[in-house]
Amino acid sequence: MNPAHHGPVHTGKAVFQVGDDISTDAIYPGRFMATVLPSETPQFAFADYTEFNSCLKKKEIPAGSIVLAGSNFGCGSSREQAASTLKGHDLVIVARSFARIFLQNAINLGLHVVICPGIEASVGDELEIGATSILNKTTDRRYPLETLPPARQAIMAAGGLIPYTRQKLLERRSSTTG
Amino acid sequence: MGMTIVQKILARACGRKSVATGEVLEPAVDLAMSHENAALVINQFLEIHRGTGLAPKVWAPDRIAIIFDHRVPAESAKTATNQKKVRDFVSAQGISKFHDIRGDSGGICHQILPENGYVRPGTIVTGTDSHTTTHGALGAFSFGIGATEMASVWALGTVLNLEVPGTIKVEVNGSLARNVSAKDLILHLIGRLTAQGANFKVIEFHGDTIRSMPTSGRLVLCNMTVEAGATSGIVPADEETGRYLREVAGVKEALAVDASDADAAYDQVIRIDASQLAPQIARPHTVDNVVPVDTVQGVRVNQIVIGSCTNGRLEDLAAAAAILKGRKVAAGVRLLVFPASWRIYRESLGAGYLATLVDAGAVVMNPGCGCCLGVHQGALADGDVALSTTNRNFPGRMGNPKSEVYLCSPEVAAASAITGVITDPR
Ligand code: SF4
Repeated sequence: MNPAHHGPVHTGKAVFQVGDDISTDAIYPGRFMATVLPSETPQFAFADYTEFNSCLKKKEIPAGSIVLAGSNFGCGSSREQAASTLKGHDLVIVARSFARIFLQNAINLGLHVVICPGIEASVGDELEIGATSILNKTTDRRYPLETLPPARQAIMAAGGLIPYTRQKLLERRSSTTG
Repeated sequence: MGMTIVQKILARACGRKSVATGEVLEPAVDLAMSHENAALVINQFLEIHRGTGLAPKVWAPDRIAIIFDHRVPAESAKTATNQKKVRDFVSAQGISKFHDIRGDSGGICHQILPENGYVRPGTIVTGTDSHTTTHGALGAFSFGIGATEMASVWALGTVLNLEVPGTIKVEVNGSLARNVSAKDLILHLIGRLTAQGANFKVIEFHGDTIRSMPTSGRLVLCNMTVEAGATSGIVPADEETGRYLREVAGVKEALAVDASDADAAYDQVIRIDASQLAPQIARPHTVDNVVPVDTVQGVRVNQIVIGSCTNGRLEDLAAAAAILKGRKVAAGVRLLVFPASWRIYRESLGAGYLATLVDAGAVVMNPGCGCCLGVHQGALADGDVALSTTNRNFPGRMGNPKSEVYLCSPEVAAASAITGVITDPR
């Protein structure tokens, strides 16, 4: 059995909900793309959803809060700011499915993403994310998770792609030099 | 069972005889491309090396391409400083395929790569840009990645945890009507597949329409495959690929050519009769919201954009100039033209296309991404409607969430510039 994500069971409240095909332009508008450093990107999360953005900026959204998304979340541009801006607020993204590049960026940066094809939940619901399913505690219904391929789990377990690559680099250098 | 082209390319890059769909691989990379976001890649690259005692040296300086295109010349001090940081890194690392803001060599990354012969059939190309799918037009397996993943490629020379994608075969036969072009074909396909219909898959193009299509058109097709969610698009390399690489890109050596096996497995096969195709329009605010032009004919537009990595090539400017020759851009309409590279700028200048466009009332901007992603020039007013040959129309894509963007071919754009409303160019 492949655990869908690592770490303990996570419980959080759904604070924001979006539909299908939400692009990285919606998550992090292109006009802020000159800002690149993960430490500076969080201010522009969902910038054009002004109400949610201002709650985020005012730090009214607790870490571990859940964003509910439909299918193909993060489609479009490969901009990594779309992952770092959400990571900066320690949001958890529960989507029916993700677009490829966004999913990879999220895993690489250690953003907590959960693929739950059948999820039904609304803003305000409390969700318990387990190893293989999500329990919507508000409606008392359970939905199975889709597991990530093992290679992606290894990156998550290492704490993201930077430590993962660092480790690989050191292994390769030590095997070539001695 | 047989393999698709992409499976063959991946098997070779991993030193294996065969690979199967869904396997997770670490293929070696032949070319790693970035644009201004190299600034973030550098940051992450240095971060990887932190605390290791290893000097941060890229794995192969001749396999990295960096092109400034998104905001050229820099629109702000912040961008200029990022560009400076990249320039310094490029010279410290000896990165040779660097295209700075220069009239003799600059342009949009997805035009610079093909026209300089950096992309070869059978190779693996990756870029920190989702439209890196473009280069499948030359028979390469080419896909977009994020900046941190690129930092990892710079360090190791391989992509980590790439899943072997499944493939959708698209077979197109018949000849396109006059003033119907590759853009209409790909918009139609995206409309059929939807924005997620090809997620995690490759779209492989076949059929006599594709065989007789010049590389410029194939680049349009592969460019936009990502709008259906595809990992990449690919056109099997053929005589036309060889012609383009020799005559346009100046490549001298012999080219490897892969073909999918007859018994390769496809997830889906889609057939399109090109002769039946009308000009297509993607309506706001998704690229898969596609209808034939007559559905939206007559919609009033404020700004028309011809350019970008999708449709800023010589053939596109020629098509627009042919329609606008001796005509005028309608009053109240702004027509902005962004050639995809300075080479194209010079060639279209020489061929008289730019003069024709300017005489008609167009504003010709410097090559680059321009207003495609709403960060540089050509901003839209609240309530403005734009008609554009670019590839995305998400809310706010052109910089203003209170504007609307319709996507179309250069032919539709030019015909609509004359009337001021969306117009069928046939
Ligand atoms: S022209 Fe537009 S789509 Fe193409 S690389 Fe530039 S910003 Fe991206």
